[in-house]
Amino acid sequence: MKRRQFLQYSTFAAASGFTAMGFNSFGKQPAYSQNSADRHPRLIVILLRGAVDGLNVVVPYRETLYYEARPTLAIPEPGKTQGAIDLNGQFGLHPALADLMPLWESKQLAFVHACGLPDPTRSHFDAQDYMELGTPGSKKSEDGWLNRVLAHLPVGRPTQALNLGNRTPLILSGAKSVANLPFGRQAVRPLPLDRPPIQSAFDRLYQGDTDLSRAYQEGMEAREILKTELNTEMVQASRGAPGPTSLMTNARRLAQLFNGNAKTQIAFVSLGAWDTHINQGGSQGRLANLLRPVGKGLNQLKASLGNTFDDTTIVVMSEFGRTVAENGNGGTDHGHGNVMWVLGGRVRGGQVYGDWPGLAESQRYQGRDLAITTDFRDAIAPLLTTGMGVDPKHLNQIFPGYSPQKQLALI
Amino acid sequence: MAKYRCNILKVSLSFVVGLGIWVASCHMVMQSAIAAPTETDIVHVINRLSFGPSPGDIQHVQSIGIDAYIQEQLHPETTQDSPELLRQLEQYQTLALPPMQLVRQYKYRGSGKGKPKLSPEKQKKLRRRVRIPLEEASDARLARAIASSHQLEEVMVDFWFNHFNVSASKGLTKFWVGSYEQQAIRPYVFGSFRDLLEATAKHPAMLYYLDNWQNTAPHSTTAPGRFKGLNENYARELLELHTMGVKGGYSQADVITAAKILTGWGLPQGRQRTTAKQGFYFDARRHDNSRKTFLGQSITGQGVAEGEQLLDMLANHPATAQHISYKLAQYFVTDAPPAPLVDRLAQQFQATNGDIRAVLATLFQSSEFRDTQFYQQKFKTPYEYIISVARAVDSPRNKTRFISGTLNQFDMPLYQCQTPNGYANIKTSWLNPDATLRRISLATAFVQRQGRRHPAAQSTQLQQTLGHQFSAQTQSVIDNSPQRLRAALILGSPEMMYR
Repeated sequence: MKRRQFLQYSTFAAASGFTAMGFNSFGKQPAYSQNSADRHPRLIVILLRGAVDGLNVVVPYRETLYYEARPTLAIPEPGKTQGAIDLNGQFGLHPALADLMPLWESKQLAFVHACGLPDPTRSHFDAQDYMELGTPGSKKSEDGWLNRVLAHLPVGRPTQALNLGNRTPLILSGAKSVANLPFGRQAVRPLPLDRPPIQSAFDRLYQGDTDLSRAYQEGMEAREILKTELNTEMVQASRGAPGPTSLMTNARRLAQLFNGNAKTQIAFVSLGAWDTHINQGGSQGRLANLLRPVGKGLNQLKASLGNTFDDTTIVVMSEFGRTVAENGNGGTDHGHGNVMWVLGGRVRGGQVYGDWPGLAESQRYQGRDLAITTDFRDAIAPLLTTGMGVDPKHLNQIFPGYSPQKQLALI
Repeated sequence: MAKYRCNILKVSLSFVVGLGIWVASCHMVMQSAIAAPTETDIVHVINRLSFGPSPGDIQHVQSIGIDAYIQEQLHPETTQDSPELLRQLEQYQTLALPPMQLVRQYKYRGSGKGKPKLSPEKQKKLRRRVRIPLEEASDARLARAIASSHQLEEVMVDFWFNHFNVSASKGLTKFWVGSYEQQAIRPYVFGSFRDLLEATAKHPAMLYYLDNWQNTAPHSTTAPGRFKGLNENYARELLELHTMGVKGGYSQADVITAAKILTGWGLPQGRQRTTAKQGFYFDARRHDNSRKTFLGQSITGQGVAEGEQLLDMLANHPATAQHISYKLAQYFVTDAPPAPLVDRLAQQFQATNGDIRAVLATLFQSSEFRDTQFYQQKFKTPYEYIISVARAVDSPRNKTRFISGTLNQFDMPLYQCQTPNGYANIKTSWLNPDATLRRISLATAFVQRQGRRHPAAQSTQLQQTLGHQFSAQTQSVIDNSPQRLRAALILGSPEMMYR
């Protein structure tokens, strides 16, 4: 695999990106509303690390094979006790995600089933890396795809991407700046640089026009913004941990940064603990307890974003799905196809997209897992082009070696 | 074992060659009648051959001359390292343990079926124990990088580790990174590339990290266990990253053939562990013994010898010479190294059968290495930056845990590079706003931690240690700032971010 040409960190690249967006027409809706100068699209990527069991999230309740393969774990049909919530007559939603139904009904929530990473690996380590680098089968890339997206958005505001966490994840690693928003109280720890005499001295050291000086200047600007926005939040101690509840507890802070002067356009959150090999539970139990706070968190996010939600797209994905059949420990093992959740103000919701392959053994991937009929990149592509205004010609720079197989009218 | 092959002969031969080069270069210097090297030239050589000046380095090079310094660094066996450092290293006992013993002694095998129930304290202690080999490896490496007088050796250890990268974040590798560096990298950094290649190929860290321990002949009827089938992972990286390079001219079929050649190269299981202590075991039952064609050359079924033949072919291939030379030139000269230099290094590589020391000597003598347009233009990686700051302030020995934690914050965790191609050393990989602020904060923190009384951290001493290499603008800011801020300004200056 050819090593990626690393993106130059320069204002020229930024300027050309802005030009491309302003003058290219995408045929359908304009990427930006003409009315308000303040509107610009946002994208939140949520990665459920550990392979969430998609078949129990969006349940194919018409498939008798689903019930045969999962005697203890299957979610009952809609109408039965603790049954799935009917979505479209073919699929139902896990009851623990009932909080999302208003979004489904207002057509702002969609799913793409049998979707995922087209790579045979069942290693969490490898699959997450491939998904974050955007290059299934290869780890050579120098940066993550979400960072590459940054290069194709208009520049002008320093904090372009936000990561909820301490360390920049692979998906956001790269040349473009990422602000890490740690969980909890430590969001903007005071630095020696905050003290005026020190700051003014370093400001003079780095006042030039070299790329290093500009990096310093951008960093200081971003920091100013983060400090102003989060001052009030520091009072509301967030007790988030990287478990599913952290979305709930950090939704307000995240939304505040989107809404405020920071004008962050991209955010990333990863939530762990999805690897339910043992005692997964059905409508109740382990998985249900993990899903419930995610549903609440997404709702909280929508509420806190307010009008900004109209311009925001949230995508939830996982590195692969889990086996169709339950195992001997009341759980499921590593699988292949999963379901992607897409929500937002402009999403064409109320539908389950993708081609359902069926659950017969001959229809499964390697005879055991849900097959993939939609590459995850095909699902993300419209969110980037129609959603974020990325030029479709740049998609193969964001996802090297990729050309769209399908057109999904998700937005 | 490979490293004992003709070792004495090689040492004396390379010493003679080194002596010869030294005599020739003195001759050259006298003939061209140039003025004595400037402080700028000296700082440049120190910056490139080490992790940055520590107090006294500039004076040392001034007194013996640049060429003698280069020779001294190319031949660490001729000088004694710091006794304090050597004493400190002795406490890291896991570094000397053979790989299978490391797993036996440190892996957590806590509660489970049929085992006695352990108390929570005991469980906690055993879980804590799992981290020891990685922590010791990390502390030892950082201590050496900061305090060893064999600086070029430390630079090369880091270079080769990245080239033959393994990551402690993958399973058992966490027990083996120290052993891998100690046994498969360190002894070979200036020696024969072929020896280095084989040592890394056979170390359990690499066998495990790139999955070759699972690599089995497809449709094998003799292979035991659940791993059946070819695993190309190591074979692919061997060709693409370790030797020929992505444009080296091999095909996908060659990758598969290389994988077949390497089937059976794996980890000892069960009783094999007591005999194969170094962690390499060739299992003939997993091996594909068919006749193969690699790069157009026929290889008959010869068991483990096929793999050794493969390594011979790769080490001798012109594409490998180019690839390695490119990376060395990139590390030591500039991010986009001039092709003529790379070609000359590749020629030397082939002419000396991959003698790393000889290639380095050619590199350091080259006009490109001494070209002032490249001075202070290599942007330091977080590792290089932190070590250079620690060296400049003559950091006491016990800072390694702090530095290790700091490296995590800079997204360059030691021994945990997520991709097999290792950490890059070019500017575009590391320059970004967040990191710039973090470096400056680190510089300020370092000065604060050292305390006002520590002599090496005083601004006047720092300027002496680092040489007076600041731009007029930087110098003016430093001179016009309050005394108490100057050390932080020096260590956080733009000039300090480059080498």
